[in-house]
Amino acid sequence: MSDVRKMGTREGYGQALLELGKEHEDIVVLDADLAGSTKTGVFQKAFPERHINCGIAEGNMMSVAAGLAATGKVPFASSFAMFAAGRAFEQIRNSIGYPGLNVKIGASHAGISVGEDGATHQCNEDIGLMRLIPGMVIINPSDAVEASAATKAAYEYKGPVYLRFGRVAVPVINDREDYKFEIGKGIVLREGKDVVIFATGLEVNETLQAAEMLATDGIDAKVVNIHTIKPLDEELILSSAKECGKVVTVEEHSVIGGLGSAVCEILSEKMPTKTFRIGINDVFGESGPAMELIKKYGLDAEGIYNKVKSFCVL
Amino acid sequence: MQFLELMKIANEVRKGIIVGTYHAKSGHPGGSLSAADIFTYLFFEELNIDPADPQKADRDRFVLSKGHTAPGYYAALALRGFFPIKDMEKLRHVGFYLQGHPDMKSVPGVDMSSGSLGQGISAAVGMAISAKISNEDYRVYTLLGDGEIQEGQVWEAAMLAGHRKLDNLVVIVDNNGLQIDGKIEDVNSPYPIDKKFEAFNFHVINIDGHNFEEMEAAFKEARQTKGQPTAIIAKTVKGKSVSFMENLASWHGVAPNAQQYEMAMAELEKAGEALCQM
Repeated sequence: MSDVRKMGTREGYGQALLELGKEHEDIVVLDADLAGSTKTGVFQKAFPERHINCGIAEGNMMSVAAGLAATGKVPFASSFAMFAAGRAFEQIRNSIGYPGLNVKIGASHAGISVGEDGATHQCNEDIGLMRLIPGMVIINPSDAVEASAATKAAYEYKGPVYLRFGRVAVPVINDREDYKFEIGKGIVLREGKDVVIFATGLEVNETLQAAEMLATDGIDAKVVNIHTIKPLDEELILSSAKECGKVVTVEEHSVIGGLGSAVCEILSEKMPTKTFRIGINDVFGESGPAMELIKKYGLDAEGIYNKVKSFCVL
Repeated sequence: MQFLELMKIANEVRKGIIVGTYHAKSGHPGGSLSAADIFTYLFFEELNIDPADPQKADRDRFVLSKGHTAPGYYAALALRGFFPIKDMEKLRHVGFYLQGHPDMKSVPGVDMSSGSLGQGISAAVGMAISAKISNEDYRVYTLLGDGEIQEGQVWEAAMLAGHRKLDNLVVIVDNNGLQIDGKIEDVNSPYPIDKKFEAFNFHVINIDGHNFEEMEAAFKEARQTKGQPTAIIAKTVKGKSVSFMENLASWHGVAPNAQQYEMAMAELEKAGEALCQM
């Protein structure tokens, strides 16, 4: 695996902002003293007059972004997921969500893979928080290529979008000719008939590896990349559940409120199907190297393999 | 416009506030009445706006950061021609467009949805930055309550406005001295308000918020101020012009009943007649 190219999804975000900035004068990027980390610094260097560093004041930044959108700009407001979705939840809800303003929230350092900084900075709740806001689009890209495509799609889309990025470098898995990103459309990465695994974010790659391990045990897993949590690709989820009869969800987020919850809501109402949710099991994280934490919390390929296997033989 | 004309309009705005809150059986008359003269001056004198084209690109923007005083805002917009004043009778009614707090999607003339205190001033700062980025000439005005400035976000916004030298931004504080739980200095004193804004690099002007002459001078001074935003601290009376509502925190968020409605309207009718004799 050492020859696989690795990049943080936040890097795809920064690159896309730079490219969009060259083409579109209405893009304004906001940050809250984390421009180096969120990668908006790349945009800042090229377009200093359109980069607004709000300092360490995330609530204000979200409402400022709303004012920019209300006057025709397309603002991308960035911070860590904890301080964007967490601290500024109510500003996002009232200043951006309620008026349906065209603000894009670029939230980096999501999930437990923040690593060493520990639980205060590991946001495993942001997808749940954002799902509760009517009209909010939520995208959780699986690699830097997808992050870049999602950022560009978010610009084209009119309305509020929450983009979730990670800190840690993850393998680039979507760098192929036929790759196509469309908001709300899941991507089937592996066909299978015994179980369908819906994965999102960096868990897509881990799940693909787990599926190969499952295959050696004779379990044929279908793997679907659900990059858009809202609106969810209901059609694909229902048809895949029908096809495989068993469903697993994998996410670097609490099993409460995220992809797992969203899939269960649809299935329980429209097609009750045996489902197992893999994610952070209602606990806070801790300090440690990112991929060691992913392993400890059972979110690496092996952990996924073990859980899916025992779920399938039940 | 002559100050007497503005006084007559402000009296009509006050009637609209009483009509709206009475028919809604809820709402916030106290802070709407304290700001009625400020609304009147802004919408009839200061702002570059056009009721025939509420979305015109170069219009001045206004954000009611103290969004709960929507009755005063709506009455002023209605009298300025953005929608019929009779609509105040259906304020806060199910399915009607006049929401309890300003809604930019449904109310003509409203530039920003607001109501959650502290957020409006930030949106106004965003609008002012937006104008600076694209070299547009419009100005941005926002009205805050004096209780509202207890919100930390107000000072986050003020810090950014001062830092970015937003001289196209005017922050007005309706200093009626009262909030839901009592006097602002008893609950959690924000005084001295002027010194605080000065410390955040604002040009600060103290005025009587019921005096149109002082308002005219202050807004003129704000337009002439370069290199820093302006804060106008307007001393006002909560419940102004309805005798039994004046200076009482209890009229913050309570609507008049039928008898109180009659009394208030009679007082305002009389005040209006007196203005016509002048």
